[in-house]
Amino acid sequence: MARFSSMRTPLAKVRGLGSAREGTEHFWRQRLTAVSNLFLTTFFVGLVLALQTGTYADVLATLGNPLVAILLIGMMISVSIHMRIGMQVIIEDYVHEEGWKVVALGANTFFTAFIAIASVFALLKIAFGA
Amino acid sequence: MVQLTLPKNSKMTEGKVWPKPAGATKLKEYRIYRWDPEDDSNPRIDTYFVDLDDCGPMVLDGLIWIKNKIDPTLTFRRSCREGICGSCAMNIDGMNTLACTKGMDEVKGAVKIYPLPHMAVVKDLVPDLTTFYAQHRSIEPWLHTSTPAPETEWKQSREDREKLDGLYECILCACCTTSCPSYWWNGDRYLGPATLLQAYRWLIDSRDEATGDRLDNLEDPFRLYRCHTIMNCAQTCPKGLNPAKAIAEIKKMMVERRV
Repeated sequence: MARFSSMRTPLAKVRGLGSAREGTEHFWRQRLTAVSNLFLTTFFVGLVLALQTGTYADVLATLGNPLVAILLIGMMISVSIHMRIGMQVIIEDYVHEEGWKVVALGANTFFTAFIAIASVFALLKIAFGA
Repeated sequence: MVQLTLPKNSKMTEGKVWPKPAGATKLKEYRIYRWDPEDDSNPRIDTYFVDLDDCGPMVLDGLIWIKNKIDPTLTFRRSCREGICGSCAMNIDGMNTLACTKGMDEVKGAVKIYPLPHMAVVKDLVPDLTTFYAQHRSIEPWLHTSTPAPETEWKQSREDREKLDGLYECILCACCTTSCPSYWWNGDRYLGPATLLQAYRWLIDSRDEATGDRLDNLEDPFRLYRCHTIMNCAQTCPKGLNPAKAIAEIKKMMVERRV
């Protein structure tokens, strides 16, 4: 930990800046979205398989169904959240240079937010028939 | 970024092959990591041959035999030679364990010995455990109470005492902590399995009155949540303990106190 000079005692280095008093929300959310992903992505895969033989018009009509659209939007949000917090763990594990870590964590948030917003927007556009 | 290859000055070289003991019929080959801080050379692997007719059955017996009979410069820690002090923890045949409780006959072929992984080496098989001990100290591994101490002892039911089984046996040998990839990458901030197992030992001690403070101290993305349930700790523990389960129990307590 470059932040702390080598003259500090080992205990001072271990205590560092203290406990962040967080992490549990992240842990809990990761598990909740894992459960919701299980159901929602299963529904999504089933939907894709069912629509394989359908026409373009069939696909538009199905995605316009409120229940289907709600479930798909739910999946997009759930998967995006799961993707963001999963990638955050990987960055925290392996990127140790503080500057790069902050950049990577920020980029991760922006990227997943963009994916989620763009996906939801596309689906709404189809669902409302624009 | 994480470093996947050894730095130049840590790359190992082939060392000396020591002569076989004269007249010995049953031999066991030892290939041992050697590094001396007082010269500039890279670490090397020395080869020794132990006379099994003149030596005890454990890997530690072989090391002591080598030190006494062949090479007195070979450096390693040892004390109790019965699996209770944790001093002789090292990487034997690819697995962190205690040299005193690992039988030579459990190892096929040469006995390959390295210091505990990913720790700074003091010399040969002696790792620097300063941070490891400081981490243990940081969880304050002693009874915390605010109630005035009773005249006799703090009472505990048999059922509550049983909850400490599988935890109090930890000898702080550091086998688990140094087997954990998460600790390798973030050992300066992640407390590691041994310290967290000890933390849980105090969290569930019915006599302790600082459970909330202890949880506060652990609730951190690095201190606790770097554990990704890799389970190397449980696999390697020479005492058969399960630090991964203890860590999972701490995470459960963290959720429990907020839902």
